[in-house]
Amino acid sequence: MKSLEELRQIKEKALEEIRLREQEKKVQVIIGMGTCGIAAGAREVMSAILDELGKRRLTNVAVTQTGCIGLCAQEPLVDVIFPGKPKVTYGKIDPFKARQIVAQHIVNGIIIEEWVVNK
Amino acid sequence: MEELSLHILDLIENALAAGAKSIEICINEDTGQDELRLEVRDNGRGLTPEASAGVMSPFYTSRTTRRVGLGLPLLKATAEACEGGISLESEAGRGTTVAAWMRLSSVDRPPLGDIGASLAAALARQDPPKLVYRHYRDGRQFRFSSKELEEELGVIPLQEGLVLNWLRQYINEQVNGL
Ligand SMILES: Nc1ncnc2c1ncn2[C@@H]1O[C@H](COP(=O)(O)OP(=O)(O)OP(=O)(O)O)[C@@H](O)[C@H]1O
Ligand SMILES: [Mg+2]
Repeated sequence: MKSLEELRQIKEKALEEIRLREQEKKVQVIIGMGTCGIAAGAREVMSAILDELGKRRLTNVAVTQTGCIGLCAQEPLVDVIFPGKPKVTYGKIDPFKARQIVAQHIVNGIIIEEWVVNK
Repeated sequence: MEELSLHILDLIENALAAGAKSIEICINEDTGQDELRLEVRDNGRGLTPEASAGVMSPFYTSRTTRRVGLGLPLLKATAEACEGGISLESEAGRGTTVAAWMRLSSVDRPPLGDIGASLAAALARQDPPKLVYRHYRDGRQFRFSSKELEEELGVIPLQEGLVLNWLRQYINEQVNGL
């Protein structure tokens, strides 16, 4: 006998795969937070990025944050990852620079070399 | 910190660092009692009684990236500057509740600030927690549940930038309109 529970599991698994596939197509923006990051303005950096995405109605950008990664002196940190490309990490980002990252890197695909920390 | 919502984000980060899957935040502003109370309750791994006794010291931390933990000591300083205090109750393996209270009218009391941004930041993760936010102001209430939002979104992930941006603005409008 097939149970409904089993159907639900199949559905969950299929949805999870769709989600992963979508995730792979998305641009990812990752902001480093943690008390030091929060104090250094990481939340404001995230707000500026969200606001800029909102103004431009840019879909398909996933925004996530990670806790402190121990690079406190470089915070706030912002990673931008295009599907299939290496991660680009920007350091000491403020809301103004964050908006530039959306306009240049995310919209036009141009990396802003001067702010990159992982060269 | 210059906003209570930044302290709240800090408490949420603590809960997430302790592996919490469910976090309840409650803010109560009572003009009659002249008190603001905030509470963050999580179902993370909790602390032993000995550890609970030590956490208010900056030298108690489970961080490995630096030797001091600032979240709780900073909140304590804020609350005490406003004739209040903080408490931490925890049961190892079950969860933790941190509460802070302060005089609503104290001149040193930081404003709530951008609570929408704090909640959006808390949910902007690969595996977001179930988060419930309740805000009472003299008997009026606003409630937000991330689970209900996810149900509304269906296959669209919570981490979608436009969704988080909507959430930040929605929460601020609702709270400011209380
Ligand atoms: N909700 C919680 N659940 C379990 N343990 C907690 C919780 N909140 C705090 N702790 C413990 O208390 C310690 C001190 O917390 P505190 O926020 O003061 O500093 P921190 O989180 O270690 O560092 P920082 O906040 O500066 O990034 C933590 O390292 C953790 O071990
Ligand atoms: Mg902390």
